[in-house]
Amino acid sequence: MLKITDLTKRYGNGELVLKGLNFEIEGPGLTAIIGSSGAGKSTLLRCINRLVEPTSGRIVVDGVDVTTLRGRRLRHSRRAIGMIFQGFNLIDRLSVMENVLSGRLGYVSFAQALTRRYPQDDVDRAFSLLERVGLQDYVNKRADTLSGGQRQRVGVVRALMQEPKILLADEPTASLDPKTSQQIMSLTRELSDELSLPVLVNIHNVHQAKEFSDRVVGLRYGTIIFDGTAAELDDDALDRIYEGTAGRGEQGEEPVDDMAIDTRGVAPS
Amino acid sequence: MSTPRPRRTWRKPPAIANPVLRYSVFVLVFAYLYWAIASLPFNWDRIVQGLPRAVRIFGSAFPPEFARSQLMISGFTESIQMAIIATLVGVAISIPVAIMAARTISPRPVYLLGRGIIILARSFHPVIVAIIFVKAVGFGALAGILTLVLYSLGFVGKLLAEAIEEVDYGQIEAIRASGAGFLKILVYAVFPQILPRQVGLSIYQLDSNLRASAVVGVVGAGGIGGTLMNAFRRFDYDFAFAILIVLIGIILVSEGISGRIRRGIA
Ligand SMILES: Nc1ncnc2c1ncn2[C@@H]1O[C@H](COP(=O)(O)OP(=O)(O)OP(=O)(O)O)[C@@H](O)[C@H]1O
Ligand SMILES: [Mg+2]
Repeated sequence: MLKITDLTKRYGNGELVLKGLNFEIEGPGLTAIIGSSGAGKSTLLRCINRLVEPTSGRIVVDGVDVTTLRGRRLRHSRRAIGMIFQGFNLIDRLSVMENVLSGRLGYVSFAQALTRRYPQDDVDRAFSLLERVGLQDYVNKRADTLSGGQRQRVGVVRALMQEPKILLADEPTASLDPKTSQQIMSLTRELSDELSLPVLVNIHNVHQAKEFSDRVVGLRYGTIIFDGTAAELDDDALDRIYEGTAGRGEQGEEPVDDMAIDTRGVAPS
Repeated sequence: MSTPRPRRTWRKPPAIANPVLRYSVFVLVFAYLYWAIASLPFNWDRIVQGLPRAVRIFGSAFPPEFARSQLMISGFTESIQMAIIATLVGVAISIPVAIMAARTISPRPVYLLGRGIIILARSFHPVIVAIIFVKAVGFGALAGILTLVLYSLGFVGKLLAEAIEEVDYGQIEAIRASGAGFLKILVYAVFPQILPRQVGLSIYQLDSNLRASAVVGVVGAGGIGGTLMNAFRRFDYDFAFAILIVLIGIILVSEGISGRIRRGIA
């Protein structure tokens, strides 16, 4: 399904951000990628659909080496790779339905795209997916009028419209409140099961990674330092992934205990 | 209950910290102003002689003369038509040019070409451009329209290119990730984001073109400007004054309408 071999990436003349990654996803299931900020999680995901150009190595998606594709063949390979974003990245001024149908842009002609005349099958699929995520009443609402959780549902549906062979999610819940975040994760998990879809999720919340994923990959400074089941991800493994780096995602900073500001002359008398 | 504290004062630090430099700048600025005013060729005698003439001109402008309304209507109609056509054509051309000139979405050579076109279109004042077009295509509305097209292209193209550079790139990436090519990305991720700006700029430009159409007419590029110039040449100051009054009225009305529309779409 997805096979990554010796993948490296450096931006410009900088350090290597990915240092020769090897891993493979054979079938359906949810794989969480964890690691501290700057570990290279987003870079890895974005190399897979070539939003970022890999420096060297091979990425094979569904039997096709995507690393060397250009033009039309690159665009066709992207259709098979759905992506969900932290900031949702919906087109704010377009309706929910237009956003959802934009998942079909890789399949329809330019004239169809311009006039919004999508094939009936696409429209049917859009309606049934919107119903599946509970947004059937928002079809003609503008995307920027939705709440964060609703927007991310639209993001999920848009990605699924592509009929992807694999789904990438870059911190899909990091902009959401804890409860909504949990809902979106379970939705993703359920859809992955229903559609037998392999899902690759970058995630900072270790609890959620353990709760929702079958497999966890720990990235540290561009190297895979852990690769195992959620159950195998113990404190020792977490220490190896996060130790000495910016800090575990779920740990807060020490609160400032007293604020030594003199309020004389400002406080009401 | 609180101990007295020393009084602390604060002043905004001067923009130029070095006092010597600061006062030298003052002195230099005043010296230059004195020199500039003293050396300008104000000829007081001529100003004094001219005053009665100015009084005569303004005197004969009253009361404004609206009798030749036929001439006035045809002049204004031509100006307004020039402005509308030039806005439509200019804005239509400015869209592809703005896309070319947006650094974030165009390859370097295309970007430079786009910027070049915009810089060229903006480098001369419409009056100069109008003089050139009058020489090239003769007196009349065509020269005026070409002038205003170039004027619109320069202004709208530049601001639209900046608007494109400022769009949320995440939306572009999302559409790109679905397998869409350049044109579909434009239609789905770029245009929706710049649409309010685009409409606002077009209306603003129509407003500007209306004004400029009167100015370029003065050098022979058609419209009410020509009528106005002829009135001056024939010493019909009362008719000229009537034209100016109507012009101000039209500009006020168009400014009011365009302001309202732009607020409506923001
Ligand atoms: N476009 C870019 N240009 C240059 N350097 C970049 C770019 N994107 C990322 N980097 C660098 O690559 C490294 C890895 O970044 P990346 O965004 O992949 O990390 P991450 O694991 O996703 O972090 P986070 O958890 O904060 O999202 C960082 O040091 C970052 O500064
Ligand atoms: Mg990231």
